[in-house]
Amino acid sequence: MDRQDVIIIGGGVIGCAVARELSAYDLRVLVLERDEDVCSGTSKANSAIVHAGFDAKPGTKKAHFNVEGSRRTRALAEELDFAYRPNGALVLCFSEEEREQIKELYQRGLENGLSEEEMEILTGEEARLLEPAISKETVCALHAKSSAIVCPFELTVALAENAAKNGVQFRFLSEVSGIERLPDGRFTVTCADGARFESRFIVNAAGVNADTIHNLVSKELLSITPRKGDYLLMDKEVGSTVSRTIFQLPGKLGKGVLVTPTVHGNLLAGPTATDQDDRQNTATTAAELADVQTRGRLSVPDLPLKQVITSFSGIRAHEKNGDFVIGECADAKGFFDAAGIESPGLSAAPAIGQYLAKLIGEEAKAAKKTDFDGSRKGIPHVALLSDAERAALIAENPDYAQIVCRCENVTEGEIREAIRRNPGARSMDGIKRRVRAGMGRCQAGFCTPRVMEILSEELGIPMEEVCKNRPGSELLVHEERQEEGGR
Amino acid sequence: MSGFTKGIETEHVGILVIGGGPAGLAAAVAAKKAGISDILIIERDRMLGGILNQCIHNGFGLHTFREELTGPEYAARFMKQAKELEIPYLLNTMVLSIDRDRRVAIMGRDCGLKTITADAVILAMGCRERPRGALSIPGTRPAGIYTAGTAQRLMNIEGFPIGRRVVILGSGDIGLIMARRLTLEGAKVLTVAELMPYSGGLKRNIVQCLNDYQIPLMLSHTVVNIHGRERVEDVTIAEVDEKRTPIPGTEVRYECDTLLLSCGLLPENELTRTLGASMCGVTGGANVDDLLQTDIPGVFACGNVLHVHDLVDYVSEEATLAGENAAAYLKGEVAARSEGIGITADGGVRYTVPQRIDPLSMRNEVTVRFRVADVYRDKTIAVYRGKTRLFARKTRVLAPGEMEQVKLDRKMLEGLTKDEGLRVTLED
Repeated sequence: MDRQDVIIIGGGVIGCAVARELSAYDLRVLVLERDEDVCSGTSKANSAIVHAGFDAKPGTKKAHFNVEGSRRTRALAEELDFAYRPNGALVLCFSEEEREQIKELYQRGLENGLSEEEMEILTGEEARLLEPAISKETVCALHAKSSAIVCPFELTVALAENAAKNGVQFRFLSEVSGIERLPDGRFTVTCADGARFESRFIVNAAGVNADTIHNLVSKELLSITPRKGDYLLMDKEVGSTVSRTIFQLPGKLGKGVLVTPTVHGNLLAGPTATDQDDRQNTATTAAELADVQTRGRLSVPDLPLKQVITSFSGIRAHEKNGDFVIGECADAKGFFDAAGIESPGLSAAPAIGQYLAKLIGEEAKAAKKTDFDGSRKGIPHVALLSDAERAALIAENPDYAQIVCRCENVTEGEIREAIRRNPGARSMDGIKRRVRAGMGRCQAGFCTPRVMEILSEELGIPMEEVCKNRPGSELLVHEERQEEGGR
Repeated sequence: MSGFTKGIETEHVGILVIGGGPAGLAAAVAAKKAGISDILIIERDRMLGGILNQCIHNGFGLHTFREELTGPEYAARFMKQAKELEIPYLLNTMVLSIDRDRRVAIMGRDCGLKTITADAVILAMGCRERPRGALSIPGTRPAGIYTAGTAQRLMNIEGFPIGRRVVILGSGDIGLIMARRLTLEGAKVLTVAELMPYSGGLKRNIVQCLNDYQIPLMLSHTVVNIHGRERVEDVTIAEVDEKRTPIPGTEVRYECDTLLLSCGLLPENELTRTLGASMCGVTGGANVDDLLQTDIPGVFACGNVLHVHDLVDYVSEEATLAGENAAAYLKGEVAARSEGIGITADGGVRYTVPQRIDPLSMRNEVTVRFRVADVYRDKTIAVYRGKTRLFARKTRVLAPGEMEQVKLDRKMLEGLTKDEGLRVTLED
């Protein structure tokens, strides 16, 4: 049987952050991911915000890892070359009665470790000077200067690539179905396809299924409620409607939705919050999309809804106690949880990764690698390069002159590179997340046939086997005209 | 960015045509015939001909060539002319930017990076399809959701079957054509649902592509939900009221593996916008005068990038005019243009192209094209100069899916003033 030191269950942003930090240690590390690619669950469908850290209740793990993680993300953006923009955030308050809540948030921020320089309370007028598009109803606002936005796909992929560069193995389409404890204290992990792995340590980063995984080894049961949130994504043409992330105070209408630019220049509004039983259902609903519109308009009355290019939804893993569950399981030594990771999970990921890696490294008495390379270079975005850089890149490889996705100006060179990397794109969605082909306003209408061809060529598979994401999501159907009556 | 920075090769041409589809080809051919020698066509795809290459059905060219051709055949006629006239073109090449001085940055596998400066530019980039996201159809996001044109390309150019049981949303022409195409390929097209109480496509396509194959057309219906995790498993269709809101209780689930969308075409004017040309909110194209010139001197537009056409024959006609006018502009034959007099579209006329006319320097005749907002019976198309009716034509049926036109004589417009104005309208 394949023997590992650490098995990480889940290739989302948490699993990949842990993997990347563990790759600095002299340990054999394997990531088991249910889907065909990293960043396929909660990590791929969220608000993409690096929260400043004023929101979580002081003393919670959420508060601690958020503030730590948000600082760490800034440094990581340099090391791993992913899109990150410190754009700041405003929390809007629409009524005099709620003014106190803004002050409370400010205080909470200080308690959580933010400095006075990082926050200020603005009058409605001052807030509108910063963001002219926000509602005239704004009475006051909290300005969180250290709030940032990030590309969650790139962040996760960058962590995974850097982990792989330092020796971490990834195994995809590997849903964990069982964990057993061996007499010597080691674990055996069984996947749905029958594959079995032995490991000294396990990291549970299984997102919405982290309770199921945890409950396989522990009697202290976790219970995760899948909380679905719908989003609307708007065209780059209206991406600068606001420049900061605009939050609302939780009010009579619930938690409120945010309106934010994305690092790639689109405008995003959402999410709703609907608890459900189904852990896989990410279907948007008309009612929730309408809700995003209504609530988004409270912050930005002229929200350009005619410019919506797509809608999507994601599931947050809400643990019943409301906080992150992070650390070694009390009744299962060697089993480490990173469970209940809902907002601010993306912001916290780099800190969670560091924390768990350190714990495991110490417990394993593992030495640090001498040849660890913590840097990673992103796939060049031809559209963002200077003319001289483009010319140099094209001279080296003319594929970088060939635009495939005309909305986002993504070249063939970028797409091929996305597939050739480790772990590389295996599906249309994998390419979309890495290089944005199909992410633009035509939503893959023009580039689909060509991207399929490139995938087919690079992976050496027939066109009929090219998938949108998981197996079963083939874009084409096999010819079977005979069955239809032999025309 | 305007052109490229120093150090990147620069080339000058008389007329740069952006787009090698039916509009760009006809414009280039006309300009060359009008005596302009240095023309360059930039095409982003692997071949000239544009969307016609995937339109393998017939019905093209009845007006232009008085015969019924397939799309590729129709395109080939213009490609042949372009070849005979030795008009140069670049394939696999994308225009990245263009500025008001007509400095154009291009990039492609063969040409690398290059700046082209042009005395005149003809915009002929065509249009794209409205995707699912822009329609905000709720539900899952599985494989098997295609815009009709993407499906058409995969089937007709790449040669792959895309689905077996298909629901089509939207009765635009490509959707109608694809309903027949899929049926001929052995797929089962369950229904075509159309949000509006009328079809957005040509009458002849409804007859030849749906009726002939017993494919139902459900007017005032839309897809309200998409189901399936990996691949489409079924879609829910509901009837809509006058406000196009789904009526609860009318939902029916259709088991299918594919949803095709044919819900409208949008002119691809990213470049035009970066250029800063004045745009028309109704067509999604640039505002042009009677020479098909945008408000940026020397920049012309034609074909589906200007407004979405129903027949390619009209694209060719319009593009020919744009090519001739660009040539005249280069030769200094176009008198100084005034701001022109705007044409008002009302009474059910949604827009006109051109949007304005300069009566002093117009040609002897100007074709004004437009679409109507609804299905109208027994209406008269009328053109007014102030209170005077210049033109009237009785019609039996007018429909949004069909483009209409009126021809205006130079003499009719002599001495036309802004105060009088020009108005195209429908009356009883």
